Amino acid sequence: MNFSEVFKLSSLLCKFSPDGKYLASCVQYRLVVRDANTLQICQLYTCLDQIQHVEWSADSLFILCALYKRGLVQVWSLEQPEWHCKIDEGSAGLVASCWSPDGRHILNTTEFHLRITVWSLCTKSVSYIKYPKACQQGITFTRDGRYLALAERRDCKDYVSILVCSDWQLLRHFDTDTQDLAGIEWAPNGCVLAAWDSCLEYKILLYSLDGRLLSTFCAYEWSLGIKSVAWSPSSQFLAVGSYDGKVRILNHVTWKMITEFGHPATINNPKIVVYKEAEKSPPLVLGRLAFPPPRAAAGPLSSTESKYEVASVPVSLQTLKPAPDRANPRIGIGAMAFSPDSCFLATRSDSVPTAVWIWDIQKLRLLAALEQLSAVRCFQWDPRQARLAICTGGSKVYLWSPAGCVSVQVPGEDFKCLYYKTESKGSGPRRSCEAAFRCGQAPASESRPC
Amino acid sequence: MGDWMTVTDPGLSSESKYISQYTSETKMSPSSLYSQQVLCSSIPLSKNVHSFFSAFCTEENIEQSISYLDQELTTFGFPSLYEESKGKETKRELNIVAVLNCMNELLVLQRKNLLAQENVETQNLKLGSDMDHLQNCYAKLKEQLETSRREMIGLQERDRQLQCKNRNLHQLLKNEKDEVQKLQNIIASRATQYNHDMKRKEREYNKLKERLHQLVMNKKDKKIAMEVLNYVGRADGKRGSWRTGKTEASFFLRNEDEMYKILLNDYEYRQKQILMENAELKKVLQQMKKEMISLLSPQKQKPRERADDSTGTVISDIEEDAGELSRESMWDLSCETVREQLTNSIRKQWRILKSHVEKLDNQVSKVHVEGFNDEDVISRQDHEQETEKLELEIQQCKEMIKTQQQLLQQQLATACDDDTTSLLRDCYLLEEKERLKEEWSLFKEQKKNFEKERRSFTEAAIRLGLERKAFEEERASWLKQQFLNMTTFDHQNSENVKLLSAFSGSSDRDNPTVHSRPRQKKPHVPSVY
Repeated sequence: MNFSEVFKLSSLLCKFSPDGKYLASCVQYRLVVRDANTLQICQLYTCLDQIQHVEWSADSLFILCALYKRGLVQVWSLEQPEWHCKIDEGSAGLVASCWSPDGRHILNTTEFHLRITVWSLCTKSVSYIKYPKACQQGITFTRDGRYLALAERRDCKDYVSILVCSDWQLLRHFDTDTQDLAGIEWAPNGCVLAAWDSCLEYKILLYSLDGRLLSTFCAYEWSLGIKSVAWSPSSQFLAVGSYDGKVRILNHVTWKMITEFGHPATINNPKIVVYKEAEKSPPLVLGRLAFPPPRAAAGPLSSTESKYEVASVPVSLQTLKPAPDRANPRIGIGAMAFSPDSCFLATRSDSVPTAVWIWDIQKLRLLAALEQLSAVRCFQWDPRQARLAICTGGSKVYLWSPAGCVSVQVPGEDFKCLYYKTESKGSGPRRSCEAAFRCGQAPASESRPC
Repeated sequence: MGDWMTVTDPGLSSESKYISQYTSETKMSPSSLYSQQVLCSSIPLSKNVHSFFSAFCTEENIEQSISYLDQELTTFGFPSLYEESKGKETKRELNIVAVLNCMNELLVLQRKNLLAQENVETQNLKLGSDMDHLQNCYAKLKEQLETSRREMIGLQERDRQLQCKNRNLHQLLKNEKDEVQKLQNIIASRATQYNHDMKRKEREYNKLKERLHQLVMNKKDKKIAMEVLNYVGRADGKRGSWRTGKTEASFFLRNEDEMYKILLNDYEYRQKQILMENAELKKVLQQMKKEMISLLSPQKQKPRERADDSTGTVISDIEEDAGELSRESMWDLSCETVREQLTNSIRKQWRILKSHVEKLDNQVSKVHVEGFNDEDVISRQDHEQETEKLELEIQQCKEMIKTQQQLLQQQLATACDDDTTSLLRDCYLLEEKERLKEEWSLFKEQKKNFEKERRSFTEAAIRLGLERKAFEEERASWLKQQFLNMTTFDHQNSENVKLLSAFSGSSDRDNPTVHSRPRQKKPHVPSVY
């Protein structure tokens, strides 16, 4: 695992281009485009204000920079650096901005979710979509970029509109049987749309591409419901994580639950491998210790080595007791991700925030559990192979694969891994690249090719 | 006897003391007093007794005592002590003999009485001890009864308490359930209330949004615009088309078409996958069925005494399935009946297999229990013993091999000069060489034999070929003759005979028949084979 030099970054904005050739990063109001292999600066663009969001177009030719405070979107071209485009939403404000899959339209969500404006870069036309729903995941494109599903709400009822991306025609418009639609997501094969209700009610609905309701799934009533949803890349499984700490897997043939995975605080089964991160504590130096202790001594975690130990069952994990009288309690399955070959599912239960659970989907049982020293911030699978990278906010990146587990120290002073992003490259020898971000006194980012 | 008892001599008090000591154990019981008194009255020993006896008759009152005694004895049925008196007035003389007899009788009687008394006393003692024992038992049983009664009362009390608790718990449970129901109702009502409120707020919010939207749109601010240097071409390179009424409709239809195509493709793909899976699973099931049948069919040779229904059905099933196997192409169809047939037959076979295995298990357990060795069934113990023995043997062999290896290594490793090493090497191989030589010679011999045989076979084959050819030719010509004969028989007759005789001897016997009946019978072809 090689690490590159450190370079500056702000607000965790760093994106690889979809073709893997470039890396775009933002520093305040400047957009820096580097070559992904050498990290040499290719282009430098200056925006009018601090950039809040950066996104590459699907064909890697354009980058959009959204400036939410000013309500502006600026688009830059990689081929022609002098080309520029500025979209001003004016008094309508801007809350979110994204590309369409063909890379020629920009969808801006105005303030208060009044409408979504579709600006076209090829024609002078502008389309408006009224009543978009302000929810967790209201817009979703199919993987092949043909269709857009949009959550809407009119007269206190939820609707879903399916639009054809090529000409922005409305294909289907139907209502969903939900109290408060929280999110929608296309299956990777683009034929099934999952729509789920807010956490007050456990309900997930599956619609076919032509708007027919295929199935409804409800595991229980009254308690807090769905927290996270993940499709397997093969579209065979739909994992539904809920506030009761369980993941329920639905199969694509009958849309019924085939199994549920619980996340108990104690692991008893000897077949499960539990990796515990253990600190290799530095030897204590006896003698006079300076008082007050120097600043550098604070933050011991960043300097100690750590390794993984295989703990013997029964293992009990650290649980966090949530405050019972607050909204959005820290319980339930907060994050889930399938491996690219659909063989593994990585989950994190918010009541055991330091652990990552890895489930074997072929055998439908728990394969391994990793317990870190600090709370897991995010994890992501390598887009080509079954390798999971975990970030906990320390100075290490943790990698798990079926062969084993390793913790990698990211070189650099006072480095804290906060966010992990994996991109897959097009074609060529060195494929997956990972970027780890850090945030601290001097914001910087580090990119690691491996 | 009552008089005797009342006569209590002060001198006897010491006697009674002895007696009381003698019967100290029975002091408390009322019977002991009685026995005491009896003993006291019956032991005629010690000098005090003499005084006791002399108190009755003294020298003065002999006559009175004699008459008194006589009276007493006669009342007791003894003969009179006086002699037979001739007259009433004369003094009766004492009949010594009668007196002696009476005395004897009295002694005998006394002895009998003593014996009887002893017996009675012993019996009394026994009864006394029995009674004591029984009383003890009775007391103990009474105690036990008491304790068990108390226990029972205690248990009853506990039972009652537990029942009480149970009822309380039931009540609590009911209360809890009611509360849960109530809470659920409360939740439901609150949920509806919240929903209603939410809807109201949402409507208000929507109104605000609309208003805001209107304001925003109305403002017509030039600012809401896109400023672009130049328009970019479409991603797919095509030009945009005009949007008229017709094209709108066509776009719509085209979109619909595409959507349905995508859906159909997906369904077809999935169906293919499922069909493949189905076919594989069916194959597996069929294989399983075949194997099960093959497993169960050797059971036909099992002793027929156990010809109960299961074996009968096995045989019939096998026959049935054998017929079915031939219709395998039917399995490729996926109609309902075929599927059901397959699953039913699998289930049947499985049941039979299961019952068979159960039977075997029973057999094994029976062997354990009864201890006889059926030839077909090996008891588990024997099996285990065998395996242990085998394991031991394996261990020993392994050790032997190890030691041999070590020795071999040592041998090879020991330094020795070249000659000996080469000699040694040769030694090791000598045996092998000898054996090889033998085998080689054997092999050569065999080869020679094979060659010979082959040659003879080829010759024989050639000969056979020639003969066959000759035979064929002859047959052909004979047939031709026959055919001709059928039309012009008289001419060919003699030639026939000649032809027939050319064949092997077996046909000679036919000659006379052919010869004798030239016209009546059709000439039959003699078999020459």
